[in-house]
Amino acid sequence: MSGHDSKYFSTTKKGEIPELKEELNSQYKDKRKDAVKKVIAAMTVGKDVSSLFTDVVNCMQTENLELKKLVYLYLINYAKSQPDLAILAVNTFVKDSQDPNPLIRALAVRTMGCIRVDKITEYLCDPLQRCLKDDDPYVRKTAAICVAKLFDINAELVEDRGFLDSLKDLISDNNPMVVANAVAALAEIQENSSRPIFEITGHTLSKLLTALNECTEWGQVFILDALSKYKAADAREAENIVERVTPRLQHANCAVVLSAVKMILQQMELITSTDVVRNLCKKMAPPLVTLLSAEPEIQYVALRNINLIVQRRPTILAHEIKVFFCKYNDPIYVKMEKLEIMIKLASDRNIDQVLLEFKEYATEVDVDFVRKAVRAIGRCAIKLERAAERCISVLLELIKIKVNYVVQEAIIVIKDIFRRYPNTYESIIATLCESLDTLDEPEAKASMIWIIGEYAERIDNADELLESFLESFPEEPAQVQLQLLTATVKLFLKKPTEGPQQMIQVVLNNATVETDNPDLRDRAYIYWRLLSTDPEAAKDVVLAEKPVITDDSNQLDPSLLDELLANIATLSSVYHKPPEAFVTRVKTTAQRIEEDDYPNGSEQGYSDATSQVADGAASPPTSSSSSPYTATRQSAPPAAAPAPAPQVPDLLGDLMGLDNSGAIVPADQPAAPSSPPLPVLLPASTGQGLQISAQLTRQDGQIFYSLLFENNSQIPLDGFMIQFNKNTFGLAAAGPLQVPQLQPGTSAMSLLPMVLFQNISAGPPSSLMQIAVKNNQQPVWYFNDKMAVNVLFTEDGRMERGSFLETWRSLPDSNEILKEFPGIVVSNPEATLDRLAASNMFFIAKRKHVNQDVFYFSAKIPQGVPILIELTTVIGNPGVKCAIKTPNPDMAPLFFEAVETLLKA
Amino acid sequence: MPVSASAIYFLNLRGDVLINRLYRDDVGGNMVDAFRMHIMQTKELGTCPVRQIGGCSFFYMRISNVYIVIVVSSNANVACAFKFVVEAVALFKSYFGGAFDEDAIRNNFVLIYELLDEIMDFGYPQNLSPEILKLYITQEGVRSPFSSKPSDKPVPNATLQVTGAVGWRREGLVYKKNEVFLDIVESVNLLMSSKGSVLRCDVTGKILMKCFLSGMPDLKLGLNDKIGLEKESQLKSRPTKSGKTIELDDVTFHQCVNLTRFNSEKTVSFVPPDGEFELMKYRITEGVNLPFRVLPTIKELGRTRIEVNVKVKSVFGAKMFALGVVIKIPVPKQTAKTSFQVTSGRAKYNAAIDCLVWKIRKFPGQTEPTMSAEVELISTMAEKKSWTRPPIQMEFQCIMHCRSLVNFIHNSASETTSCPPLCVIVVLHLLPKPDELDEELVPMFTASGLRVRFLKVWEKSGYNTVEWVRYITKAGSYEVRC
Repeated sequence: MSGHDSKYFSTTKKGEIPELKEELNSQYKDKRKDAVKKVIAAMTVGKDVSSLFTDVVNCMQTENLELKKLVYLYLINYAKSQPDLAILAVNTFVKDSQDPNPLIRALAVRTMGCIRVDKITEYLCDPLQRCLKDDDPYVRKTAAICVAKLFDINAELVEDRGFLDSLKDLISDNNPMVVANAVAALAEIQENSSRPIFEITGHTLSKLLTALNECTEWGQVFILDALSKYKAADAREAENIVERVTPRLQHANCAVVLSAVKMILQQMELITSTDVVRNLCKKMAPPLVTLLSAEPEIQYVALRNINLIVQRRPTILAHEIKVFFCKYNDPIYVKMEKLEIMIKLASDRNIDQVLLEFKEYATEVDVDFVRKAVRAIGRCAIKLERAAERCISVLLELIKIKVNYVVQEAIIVIKDIFRRYPNTYESIIATLCESLDTLDEPEAKASMIWIIGEYAERIDNADELLESFLESFPEEPAQVQLQLLTATVKLFLKKPTEGPQQMIQVVLNNATVETDNPDLRDRAYIYWRLLSTDPEAAKDVVLAEKPVITDDSNQLDPSLLDELLANIATLSSVYHKPPEAFVTRVKTTAQRIEEDDYPNGSEQGYSDATSQVADGAASPPTSSSSSPYTATRQSAPPAAAPAPAPQVPDLLGDLMGLDNSGAIVPADQPAAPSSPPLPVLLPASTGQGLQISAQLTRQDGQIFYSLLFENNSQIPLDGFMIQFNKNTFGLAAAGPLQVPQLQPGTSAMSLLPMVLFQNISAGPPSSLMQIAVKNNQQPVWYFNDKMAVNVLFTEDGRMERGSFLETWRSLPDSNEILKEFPGIVVSNPEATLDRLAASNMFFIAKRKHVNQDVFYFSAKIPQGVPILIELTTVIGNPGVKCAIKTPNPDMAPLFFEAVETLLKA
Repeated sequence: MPVSASAIYFLNLRGDVLINRLYRDDVGGNMVDAFRMHIMQTKELGTCPVRQIGGCSFFYMRISNVYIVIVVSSNANVACAFKFVVEAVALFKSYFGGAFDEDAIRNNFVLIYELLDEIMDFGYPQNLSPEILKLYITQEGVRSPFSSKPSDKPVPNATLQVTGAVGWRREGLVYKKNEVFLDIVESVNLLMSSKGSVLRCDVTGKILMKCFLSGMPDLKLGLNDKIGLEKESQLKSRPTKSGKTIELDDVTFHQCVNLTRFNSEKTVSFVPPDGEFELMKYRITEGVNLPFRVLPTIKELGRTRIEVNVKVKSVFGAKMFALGVVIKIPVPKQTAKTSFQVTSGRAKYNAAIDCLVWKIRKFPGQTEPTMSAEVELISTMAEKKSWTRPPIQMEFQCIMHCRSLVNFIHNSASETTSCPPLCVIVVLHLLPKPDELDEELVPMFTASGLRVRFLKVWEKSGYNTVEWVRYITKAGSYEVRC
């Protein structure tokens, strides 16, 4: 019944390669064939059998199709490593491409296209030309794909030899499979080219839609994917197209269904008749639901896509929420996605059922799933006002089960519910307080503390509760400390009695003198100063009414959603990221910003933050990242209410011995823009009026990213966020970007503290730094910066002469790399040395060599990598020779850049 | 871009490469190491089937003891990629005679390479129909009805058939006896709350077909579905006959079915592949007949004892019965001792799956056997968390009428893979003529009530065909929370 090929994997240990060589050259056909099979087996398990190239290629001239295919397979794998020998195979290829057997003709062309060796490519053109016009459709369909292969190797050749026209002719071929492959090839070529090559006209569209009926399932996918880019002229044409695509929804192949859905959704944007749209929605629902009975992996792809579809067209699946109920044995990735969709589909009509489901899930085994289920209840409460009370009662029931992580998660979401519906559900606080002792996760603790602070006046023993947390203040995580600070201030403002007064003293002391967390310290100082100058103003600020929150987490930006919907069924729709965020390939001619994955994924990173940034200092317990005084748009700015409030005794002024002119300077005040202007990285022309200039700087041993934002647009911009892509040194922001709202025509400086070794990119060292900046009004801006590596030079880079010599000798000569800077003149060595020292490039020694001066320097980059530098120059004459010796010679190009910049300065 | 793969790997559970095929140059040859390091050897393995590492994305599926991994670096069509893997596995199975595992791959690696070269070109899936591929890709040691001679001489028009409009059927088939077997296999999916209310209930059905027909026949299938019947009466301008009509929520068809025609005329017409295939799948949510009701009461008595009472009610005709009924009732991990009382069948405790397993081989209709069990637990101090009760799961194989056992017995159909293992005797009915269609003549139970009304076969030689039809109802995921 089945084969017995496994014997080819067993090896006779001694001298395998010579043995194979002998067998390959055997006079017996069967022996040769077996030998080739052994070679392929060895290749599969990862052994290097490239040395047998000539011997294998010698077996190529055979009548045996099976053997020929094996040799071709070998060629595909090794031709690149043996380009000179690969030429040996060309004759056979060319001969095979004219074989009377169409299978062999096609095989020859198919294989030649996979061999990416220039010399072979030259010989490919003529056979390909012939095969594109072959009588046999099997050969033509293979040749069509081969054009795409050739374009990938040498785009110019394809255009010069007129292959594109031949390919376009194949769209009118009478064989549907040839048409489908030609469409696939053209679509791919178009994608990688900036010139219009394959433009779909109304005529081609209609022709291809007809071909759809005859195609194989895969051919239908190629055609539908290519056609989904077509923009119909008007609603009527769109309706026509949709009508011809709709039957595809009944196909058993999930890829055909999803591609049809994509195409229909694209055209629906144009359709104005609400009846037609409603009808289409009705037609699309069942096939989408059916996808959920496929293999779990396909279900996952379908669910990620449905997530997008319901964001744009919520009505499609509004009545189908039941199909998203989780089965006990669903894989976790399917369950998580179903849950997300259930939240999206939850409505006043089905909420009771949904809540029962969530409650059921909250008692399951998988902790992550349970947490998400609890969070889902909270999100429904925020989304559906009328259901909030029922959600709360479910949460309370869950708390009573007393499973620790369920309780903590419930408290986190209840805090959000309190934010959404203030002064409505405080009656449950007593129940929450019962679980106080079991809280051990920072977020849950912080949420509970926020609740206590927010409702301090209604909790009789609020001061006792807070006090119990205060004992461990120094050990708490920053998130909890910040909340404790705010909650204590709220308590004090609400109940200015002796107890809270003592507490606030302890807290402020802990949060200023005892801490080295700048966020905490700054917030504490602000409160302190507010309380001591004007307690009424403090009340206005701290107890201000908070803006209403909405559940917009996991809701995508409309323009991004558009792009993702155009990419249904592809990776982009699964990642919920635009293709350019993860595809590194660049177009052959057009320039495109190349970017890797942004570490947190722009989706999560941003969406979480947007809700936080919106609510400023006094409010969100989760906002450890949003710093208090950047929120310049507080509802009651203290400066606007200068009237002193004599009614309330100035308790704190005396208490803390702080005089009103107290010189509290915020620690991270942006540096005065005295330094030379920053290089412009995002010009206003590309940034829709937003201009960003930035540069890395080093101050007091710390690295900062100095940024200048200029708003030349017509609208105020706020909610600025920044993210750094992986880079060689793993440079990343140490905290959030602090930029106030930018009115049109204004600008703001910001000094962003940076940390190293956060997200280190693999690959060769590069000074490239890719940055994404977003705000609430505009799309995400991506731009590049070149990091000046000298910024990384640490203060402790100075070496003693002895250790310098020792290090120099201990490093092998291969680590020494030379470079000339022809244009640089050193005319005043002393000044230069001072300047270099100021940049942490330390002078060690100097010697004369003929008329040249040779200087030695040392520097160090973090993690203690030393750099030894030798500069040779003739004082006053242009030209500096620089030699660098370091344990990491692959980083030398970066150091050369750094040294050059420093010398030029 | 409809590309679905730059490279495809077959790995065993240890991560050894069994097969690797590079289709494109944009992923390095060592990407499989990245997969091993970042996915296989971490806890991430089960968390998501689509993962990104560096500039490459990985899609993977586990099939028996093999991982099939697809690597891409472009914005590939994931749906297409997964479907390709599913279809490719079906193709390999059909070549290897059923099994797809590490051994089968090692034993057929040359064949697999040959197939991989054929079914995908530059990352674009090509024709994957086993039927056609077997015409010209053959291997010694592989049973193939079409080739007894070496593969060097391909069937002359193979290439035309691969690319032809009927890319799933070869020409020139001849059978002495022209027969068609239809299996309507319905899986009932149920999710019931502990209070007995139905949370979700649907039937996913498929029509499996086995064709032994000569030439290039055109087939047309008629069901008692609502839309089809309405359309028919509309076309023939006569009123719809009263009787049960079924509303299909969704149907999907094998690629041989003319979709445009289905869309306009609501008829299922097709040129079938030779041999066995899945003609269509459907889903029904309205008016599902549930064959069983499960009524559990589970009481936790203190910390060390649980009392389980389960009553199962069969709500189909008294003359019918179900086969192979298995009810799995979950119990806590720390179960020490169990004792049972059952009114029918046998029950035992299976520690490997933490369940009480109650089996009833033959379950007549309109009965309600019960099981009561007492479970003693090991008392532990550590287990503070309360027991999360997984749902009760139920399996059953096939429900049929008592009388039908003695009806028609046909041996050739016993090879049908869809045949439930317990059902040694296969029961088939000759398809009644459309006008004779009557509920009484078709005594089998179907959860949805769907019936085949007719199957017409046209072939230019005008031969007669014999059509057989059989209805099978199984449990899909039949879950009752407790």
